[in-house]
Amino acid sequence: MSFVQVRGVFQSYGNRPIIERINVDVAEGEFISIVGASGCGKSTFLRLLLAEETPSKGSISIDGAAPAVEPGRERGVVFQRYSVFPHLTVRENIVAGESFAAPLGRFWGARRRAALERADETLARIGLNHVAQNYPATLSGGMQQRLAIGQALTARPRILLLDEPFGALDPGTRLQMHDFLTDLRAQTGMTIFMVTHDLSEGFKLGDRVLVFDKIRWDPHDPAAYGATITYDFDARDGGIPYQLKEDTDVLETA
Amino acid sequence: MRLINRHPDRVGLVFLAAVPFVLAFIAYAVGSGMRLAINPADKLLPAPSHIARTALALFTEPDKRSGTILLWNDTLVSLRRLTLGVGISTLIALVTGLLIGLVPYIRATLSGFVAVLSMIPPLAVLPILFITFGLEELSKVVLIVIGITPVLIRDTAGRVLDIPREQIVKAETLGASSLTIALRVALPQILPRLIASVRLALGPAWLFLIAAEAIAAEAGLGYRIFLVRRYLAMDVILTYVVWITIIAFVMDRLLLTLSRRAFPWSGAGL
Repeated sequence: MSFVQVRGVFQSYGNRPIIERINVDVAEGEFISIVGASGCGKSTFLRLLLAEETPSKGSISIDGAAPAVEPGRERGVVFQRYSVFPHLTVRENIVAGESFAAPLGRFWGARRRAALERADETLARIGLNHVAQNYPATLSGGMQQRLAIGQALTARPRILLLDEPFGALDPGTRLQMHDFLTDLRAQTGMTIFMVTHDLSEGFKLGDRVLVFDKIRWDPHDPAAYGATITYDFDARDGGIPYQLKEDTDVLETA
Repeated sequence: MRLINRHPDRVGLVFLAAVPFVLAFIAYAVGSGMRLAINPADKLLPAPSHIARTALALFTEPDKRSGTILLWNDTLVSLRRLTLGVGISTLIALVTGLLIGLVPYIRATLSGFVAVLSMIPPLAVLPILFITFGLEELSKVVLIVIGITPVLIRDTAGRVLDIPREQIVKAETLGASSLTIALRVALPQILPRLIASVRLALGPAWLFLIAAEAIAAEAGLGYRIFLVRRYLAMDVILTYVVWITIIAFVMDRLLLTLSRRAFPWSGAGL
């Protein structure tokens, strides 16, 4: 059985359908990119995966567990903005990844010291140890997103959800973040869903690229139908179809 | 260069800030001098030197009957009422505001009620307070609480609702319970805002305090002002008014400093 199972998911707000008939199976460790035009339900789908919303119909389950009704520790998330806590230092933000699940959200004594040590290791790994005592507002956008990803992974989620995580970053920082995410994924083998506007980013990072679009379209009432998954590309090896791979000469002589 | 792009230098800043104070003082001195020239016994605008002498006496000379220095006693009594009232209001507003902002069931129950409550003119219920709580300390503290709590609650709840949804969801994915989200995510972020609201509420709090003291009290800054009004003792009244203003200003600055020291992250938003 697949790791993440999406079965017959519909979601509508009031009587306005947003997405319809979504069926996907995702294996553990896969990186799924989700692309599509604005207003095509990408972010709605991510909120459903996150269990921030529950679908009108259908179900989403992780590792055979019952469908979640609210976000929990098995799902990690990084948003485009506001993903770290502005009132905690960089170090405390990482510790929060562990301690928020404790009663009152705090560690004391030896447990706290151990968590702080682990946080320092994490910060060294994500290259933020030099700003451990700073508040997030003093960090650049790329550093804040690195911190957000590090924080999400500290909670050891089963799946990681990224909602346009690099959308607000400049192109250079974006490329650095791609390498960062690729390395991190190689280390952790995390199952990742990433919503992006950037097609090339989706194909570069993803194993699969899901395209959301509306297949039914009423010109008199554009909101009458929801979007669904129209393509499910295999994006491994740079998205080159396996037919071509066997005969790579085609590309080289072209 | 455009007017909006011209900035005064350091010396200029101090000078410009002092100008209105100096002008106000000169205007008063001139007006007082003109009246006193016509009638040396005029009590309406006493000379600045006269006020200074009175002030010195008020601050240093004990009352013949009770043996205490009345001004200091009035200050202590009033400050106790004010800090009690403002402190209680702040606590109520913090807890209620957090609950309204975070818990939909409590929001559905209380937000309309608080909105209506905040529209009751507090001074209109002052007679009720005097009847219910007596003429002692309690009714004065309760007036301040009734006067500023609803506004503080609404502001606090609004600030909790302003916390980006993303942060709350993020905390949920880290396994935080409702209590943890309240204590570790919402509470620290609304504290600086609460202090800012309390600073703004200090003005109304003084208003309610002095109103309550004017009507029924045995001591207090407001009581003294309204007592000596009968003798047209403008020198005493003006000393008290300046003194109250200084106290209020210092309280405001202290809260500002506290907010800056305790919440260094709040200066620049994320």
